[in-house]
Amino acid sequence: MMLTRFLFERIDRGGWVFLVLLGIAAVLVPVLNLAVPPGSMFHVSNTAVGLWGKYMTYALLAIAVDLVWGYCGILSLGHGAFFALGGYAMGMYLMLQIGPRGVYAHPTLPDFMVFLNWTELPVAWWGFSSFPYAMLMVALVPGLLAFVFGWFAFRSRVTGVYLSIITQALTYALMLAFFRNDMGFGGNNGLTDFKDILGFNIQSQTTRAVLFSLSVLALMAGYLVARAIVTSKAGKIIIAIRDAEPRTRFLGYRVENFKLFVWTVSAVMAGIAGALYVPQVGIINPSEFSPANSIEAIVWVAVGGRGTLVGAALGAGLVNFAKSWFTGAFPQGWLFALGGLFILVTLFLPKGILGTFTDWWKRRGETRKPPTASPASQPAE
Amino acid sequence: MNASTRSGLDIGSGTLRPCSHPPGARGQGIGHVRALSAALAAALVACLLILAGPARAQDHAALVQRFATESFNDIVGAVNGLATSGAPRAAPIIEALRDGRLVYRASDRAVFIRRPDNSFVSALSGEPAAEIGTTRPVRLNNNVRRAIDAAVGALSLLHPDPARRASAAEAVFKSRDGSALPALEAAIGQERDPRIKKLMEEARAAVVVANPQAAEADRIAAIGIIQRRGDQDALAMLGSLPATTPPLVREAAESAAVGIRRTLAVWEAGQNVWHGISLGSVLLLAAIGLAITFGVMGVINMAHGEMVMIGAYTTFVVQQTIRVLAPGLMDVSLFIALPMAFLVAGAIGIAIERLIIRHLYGRPLETLLATWGVSLVLQQAVRTWFGPTNREVTTPSWMSGSIEIGHLAITANRLAIIIFAIIVFATLLLFLKRTPFGLQTRAVTQNRRMAGAMGIRTNWVDAFTFGLGSGIAGLAGVALSQIDNVSPNLGQAYIIDSFMVVVFGGVGNLWGTLVAAMTLGIANKFLEPYAGAVLGKILLLVFIILFIQKRPRGLFALKGRAVE
Repeated sequence: MMLTRFLFERIDRGGWVFLVLLGIAAVLVPVLNLAVPPGSMFHVSNTAVGLWGKYMTYALLAIAVDLVWGYCGILSLGHGAFFALGGYAMGMYLMLQIGPRGVYAHPTLPDFMVFLNWTELPVAWWGFSSFPYAMLMVALVPGLLAFVFGWFAFRSRVTGVYLSIITQALTYALMLAFFRNDMGFGGNNGLTDFKDILGFNIQSQTTRAVLFSLSVLALMAGYLVARAIVTSKAGKIIIAIRDAEPRTRFLGYRVENFKLFVWTVSAVMAGIAGALYVPQVGIINPSEFSPANSIEAIVWVAVGGRGTLVGAALGAGLVNFAKSWFTGAFPQGWLFALGGLFILVTLFLPKGILGTFTDWWKRRGETRKPPTASPASQPAE
Repeated sequence: MNASTRSGLDIGSGTLRPCSHPPGARGQGIGHVRALSAALAAALVACLLILAGPARAQDHAALVQRFATESFNDIVGAVNGLATSGAPRAAPIIEALRDGRLVYRASDRAVFIRRPDNSFVSALSGEPAAEIGTTRPVRLNNNVRRAIDAAVGALSLLHPDPARRASAAEAVFKSRDGSALPALEAAIGQERDPRIKKLMEEARAAVVVANPQAAEADRIAAIGIIQRRGDQDALAMLGSLPATTPPLVREAAESAAVGIRRTLAVWEAGQNVWHGISLGSVLLLAAIGLAITFGVMGVINMAHGEMVMIGAYTTFVVQQTIRVLAPGLMDVSLFIALPMAFLVAGAIGIAIERLIIRHLYGRPLETLLATWGVSLVLQQAVRTWFGPTNREVTTPSWMSGSIEIGHLAITANRLAIIIFAIIVFATLLLFLKRTPFGLQTRAVTQNRRMAGAMGIRTNWVDAFTFGLGSGIAGLAGVALSQIDNVSPNLGQAYIIDSFMVVVFGGVGNLWGTLVAAMTLGIANKFLEPYAGAVLGKILLLVFIILFIQKRPRGLFALKGRAVE
């Protein structure tokens, strides 16, 4: 009852289109992949399923970034860290599922630990052979890190570029840490060679199709949660913080609590995206923490449209599609294109593709109707 | 042993040097001798003591004659005798022996050296011998080879090249080989270089300390000499005394070791500070331009690292040009590269400001993204033009080498970079404090709108400040090209560290940048030995993240209304 009310009152037209399209994709893509023979023109290739499944997790990360940046004005250059932490939690579960099938055939220890002459599982790995525990950690580890980090940062009123820089320092420090073999997370090589997830072969096409559908469902859920937050009363305050933080504080709102809430939710979302990403690409290594990855996630949101949620997901899909195409067609050209995209979007498309399109749509409507006072939501710093 | 000895060895050295004995191997050779049984060693010493003293030029004939034998023990004796005799032809004879080219005539037992072209020369005089009849080679076994190695060491102690003498003395110090003692005494007697003489005396002390037969008082006195040497080798020497050492000697050695450790700890701290200052000055160079643009315009220039990289590549291009056009100018190439790098990076900086950043005023976070895009484009452009691999940048001769102060090794290129960083810092400080442009820059930093109201053209100040900051990054690139790989990723390696320096130091105050750079540099070097390089860096990052919580605007924050 409440859900229906929520769906009909809070979701705008773009959101409905987005959700319906995703719903169709979640059902249709696995069917077309598994049931339609490879020769048919309706067949969706295995590579495409893997690729688009990856894009779905990126889109979820983009929505997480949009939630903090587009609605709360926090430019995080470290969301890749939460994504990677979620990924590592999932990777650790998958690693322990290998069991004695590793190269060294050790009954419990993953290969890299045998290689390092370790005799027992480090404490950090305890419990990760249980799927529910691992899933709890997928949400808990990034969430806890974000909570602690945000608790200190927002309370001390670290804002603007200072906050951006220390989020970058956070992910950079984590990258350096995970590169160390002593950390016990596979060092340089990360975690890979996964075999099973919940007893299903991770290589089989059925599992991969199911993972695709799950990623789509997670994206839909992420969108609904984010939408619920930004359209709630608290969401109004969050937007107010984005537009005029000191003024909101003077009105008596505890700015840091609202920020901390959005920040933590966003980090958990990014962690879940990472957890879905790892089984689909089959590897997680410390380079996922690299600051460049986090900044790339920012550009997805900027391209799609900041403060639109749907646009963020769209941007993630578009930019990554372009990346796949470019690295195939002109491997030299991708960084030029990405760099150019950063510059052009910030200069000429400050609202991103979706924002610009919406503006244009509204103006078209206004020329037909007498102008009404519409509350323009202008993303500001 | 006089001038004739030296000149004789000089002739020998030409043939002795190329004989597959790198300097390090000499110590090893002497080390083999230590493995000889104690009895044999004692016999050798005795033999040497008898022979070393009276040997004069007229006796050399008799010494050389001793090689004409079938007995290995006699050959060993002959080698040892020759090595300490100062005979002018000792070196070529011993070398010939090692290579199996020393022969003697069956009929009259005259000794000859067979040259590589199978002609023969007299071992004693070095004159060619025409027809020599049947010869027998002087035989070798392992004992003889060990004696040869020791002899080469002893000959090196008398070598005319001071570096060879010094390294020979070091080798004896490390091997503590008793058989080298007579040669050492002889060498000390005629050594004129006080530094090498000191090394030799230390080597002698080491031999004495290690010798169980020496008197306790002598050994304790020798420990004093070793303590004055006071380095890691001395410590190792004192720590390796056998269990049979008398308690008095042992006590003296232990207290000396404690003293050495204390001195070494001080020196090590000094070395850490030095490395820290060196790292700090690199950070300062990389970060100071960033601090200026951040202070004035409130934007973080993510392409700053690429300006550093462009400076380094400018150095490369300048050096390539010089190599083609005027090879003689190579030593001053850096002085030509400095203004070029400043201009190139500065011009690119102004172009970025005019084309991109100007349009993003009041949106610092979007400026950050746009400049990140610029950095990707610049990186890829350099990668396309110059290739992804490292480029070779020549270090001028005056920047290579190092000086030692006590136990502190100071490399010339690090020293040059520190001095350069100080010069850049001082110039910039003067520029900002004493010139009209500096005044305007500071005014805009403190209150942009008020400065504009007073008639300062803030957009020009912005453009030129950005150019200045980028130009300084270019200068940093010239310096970094001397100590780091010139590759398209050069800037990326420094950008995060530079950010840390800027946010730690605070903006609008160059001293803040200086203090932050030096603090981070020195802290990094002090953490490294305990935590390892990577963990040390992580600790510093965590420290800065925590520090920003406490002081969100850095160490030296601007105060007043302009801040918010």
